[in-house]
Amino acid sequence: MDEANESAVALTVNGRAVSVTAGADTPLLAVLRQDLHLKGSRIGCSEGYCGACTVLLDGNPVQSCAMPLEAAAGRAVTTIEGVASTAAGEAVRQAFIAEQAAQCGYCTNGIIMTVTGLMSRQPATSRADIIAVLDERNLCRCGSHARVLRALDRAMATLAGGRA
Amino acid sequence: MSELPSNLKANPLLSRWISIDGPAQVTVHSGKVELGQGATTGIAAIAAAELGLRFDQISIAAASTIDAPDEGITAGSYSIEQGGSAMRWAAAAVREIFAGAAARQLGAPAEEIEVADGLFRRRGRNETVSYWQLRDAIDLERSALDLPAPALRGGSVDHEGLQRPDLPQKLSGAAFIQDMTRPGMLYGRVLRPAHPRQRLESFDVAAVQAMPGVVAVVRDGEFAGVVAERDELAAKAVAVAARTAVWRTETLPADDGRNGWIDGVVPKSSTTFIADETAPGPIARRHAARYTRPYLAHASIGPSCAVAEWTDGRLKVWSHTQGIYPLKRQLARVFGLDASAVDVTHAHGSGCYGHNGADDVALDAALLARAVCAPVMCLWSRADELSWSPFGAAMRMQISAGLDPSGRIAEWSYDVWSPPHLARPGIGDGINLLAARSLQSPHASSADTDAARPQGGGDRNSVPLYTLGRRTLTHHLLHQGPLRSSAMRTLGGHGNIFAIESFMDELALLAGRDPVAFRLDHLDDQRGRAVIEAASAAASWDASDPGGEGRGRGIGFARYKNLAAYFACVATVEVSDKVRLLTVHAAIDAGEVIHRDGLINQVEGGIVQAASWTLKEAARWTPDGFAARSWADYPILSFSETPVIETIVLAPAGERPLGAGECAAGPVAAAIANAVAHALGVRVRDMPLTPDRIAAAIHALSEETT
Repeated sequence: MDEANESAVALTVNGRAVSVTAGADTPLLAVLRQDLHLKGSRIGCSEGYCGACTVLLDGNPVQSCAMPLEAAAGRAVTTIEGVASTAAGEAVRQAFIAEQAAQCGYCTNGIIMTVTGLMSRQPATSRADIIAVLDERNLCRCGSHARVLRALDRAMATLAGGRA
Repeated sequence: MSELPSNLKANPLLSRWISIDGPAQVTVHSGKVELGQGATTGIAAIAAAELGLRFDQISIAAASTIDAPDEGITAGSYSIEQGGSAMRWAAAAVREIFAGAAARQLGAPAEEIEVADGLFRRRGRNETVSYWQLRDAIDLERSALDLPAPALRGGSVDHEGLQRPDLPQKLSGAAFIQDMTRPGMLYGRVLRPAHPRQRLESFDVAAVQAMPGVVAVVRDGEFAGVVAERDELAAKAVAVAARTAVWRTETLPADDGRNGWIDGVVPKSSTTFIADETAPGPIARRHAARYTRPYLAHASIGPSCAVAEWTDGRLKVWSHTQGIYPLKRQLARVFGLDASAVDVTHAHGSGCYGHNGADDVALDAALLARAVCAPVMCLWSRADELSWSPFGAAMRMQISAGLDPSGRIAEWSYDVWSPPHLARPGIGDGINLLAARSLQSPHASSADTDAARPQGGGDRNSVPLYTLGRRTLTHHLLHQGPLRSSAMRTLGGHGNIFAIESFMDELALLAGRDPVAFRLDHLDDQRGRAVIEAASAAASWDASDPGGEGRGRGIGFARYKNLAAYFACVATVEVSDKVRLLTVHAAIDAGEVIHRDGLINQVEGGIVQAASWTLKEAARWTPDGFAARSWADYPILSFSETPVIETIVLAPAGERPLGAGECAAGPVAAAIANAVAHALGVRVRDMPLTPDRIAAAIHALSEETT
């Protein structure tokens, strides 16, 4: 490995400060999976299209396969492993399990992260806007779509109930 | 069920199926694998019911050639029908052996022994003895062939409330083969052409070798790959190989989007497999039409992946294959090993809908691992996933029929042309692993094969359940065409049911009958009639609805393979520049229900996937090679395009479970096409029903009427 191109990058992952030494253009996804052993963010297309690798960067859903490590320097990354630490994340993940909103489950974590990021915003994103973002950022091949939408509704109801 | 199930007959040792592990766990070793379809949940629920266990007392072992029964391929909607029935019998036999030991221990007559939660007791008594207490005294190395037929309790545990046990882990962290690691594991990527008829001549080996993290550049004949310390470095290095590669290219026939290339080929065989001798009655009107289905991509979200490890001349592979034993035997042949020197263990992969790249990448990984003497995980790129996973085969269907003066079908002639729908490892005598043909010492793949009737391949579901008068049915099996084709969910069923059920609507129009009534006029099968009636009632089918003005509804029906689940559905659509699928009301009869939510999940997923195939998908090519190399080139159904789905489960009492995983695809395709025709007054007969084709159909109609 060409040591000259490597540098230490500091970031926060699931609330923990970490420093990673890797090539600056190394995709964030590769760092999460290989260096930090957080494998719940999936390898999908590696070109920022399918969304299986979605994580939250300072609370916003991003596709980690298409984001170089240096773009995450000094910022807070949340992966599926850490998503349940917030009320919205826990509500979304539990809703997906309650609705059995998966078949193979490979795309599901990316969808959970997208939905969690959008539902955590103030004011919360509307259902229609969440679906519009899913259209742009997440793919599912097994056809779990109808269940994903039911899980979305359940999570929104849970959070609305919790706030009421 | 009184006959020993075939999969148990072939693997009669009870210890192969079930092990009583301590302190409170029973492990089921099904040879059927989890493909994301939830089959192993159903099989475990069957075992729990027979053993007298709670579902949480069961764990599901990864299927491995080291210790699992050889149940062939996990495909064809047979997991519950065949794998489930074998597991049921094996579990019941184990329960009876343990119940006998419990009776002796408790000093009770065997017929008074009951079991629940893994505890045996004499009826009405409190004293118990468990599977785990009895375990050491019982030998499960016993053959089911030597035991009397056990009493089957039937059913499954908690089939209403059961949840998939694999999902919580999948929805929290590492769970898939891509997440595996082995001590010292390296990462491999393979160089594959961007054109289906291209062979590797050379590439800049030194430039690839000089890339960061590269451990080895592997070349064996026309097979080439890179092994690196990290996956993303292997991917970068192989991109350099691709940029510098020199290829030898053969030309392809042109792709006109309607399978016109079929005109230029001579079929390998043309088999007229039904030719009724009955004399035709008087024919009042005749009608004929031609339909097509393009090649379709599996397009799994996760790229194909395998891990291979060589130790002292023995090969161990982890794979998301559908067939651990066929893959084991094929790998052994490629490497000139005795089959006993190769083991394949299943690991969960991304959604599998048939013969995808799982087996091919296993050979890739084994070749790369052999070169570096270290465990290697090989991963395909998105581009290769969309190009080199075998495709669902292209099809052309030609139907002509005659109606008698009363409007009933009196004559039916059907021809289907299609390249192979079945080219799996283990089918035919060749090696059906992609890299094998490219090696310095190449292995030929099997000659063109297809699934045999009655299940059929290209001719799957080509025989309607309807009463059709005099029938002539011919299957034209083509040689492999421009793209490599093999098994994909329903094989020929999607195309054939699309054609037959579209044509039934065309005939109904000609006969002046409502499409639902016209189907029932020609259908004696009571279970078939029941799903059509249930789906049309759920959709509030209105026979007098004239359709038009961009809104329509249509019905589709079939019994999958004419052997498995019955399925009917009504689709409603809104058609403007494109087709918007609004609702699907479905009715399924899969006999006894093992896992209700699992069944509904398969139906819902099948509906969405079939809508995607039918409205959006076609694997195409250009003179430069594969047309789709990224998701941008191969759109699939999005969340906002999802219809509202209602599923009615008919579960007639006393019927055995029928395979259900694939039953929706064909009827959904036809229901959509029929709804579009109802909305537009003109029919689109070529899939996918894209905006261009809708516009062309509307244009043609307006030309006709002006």
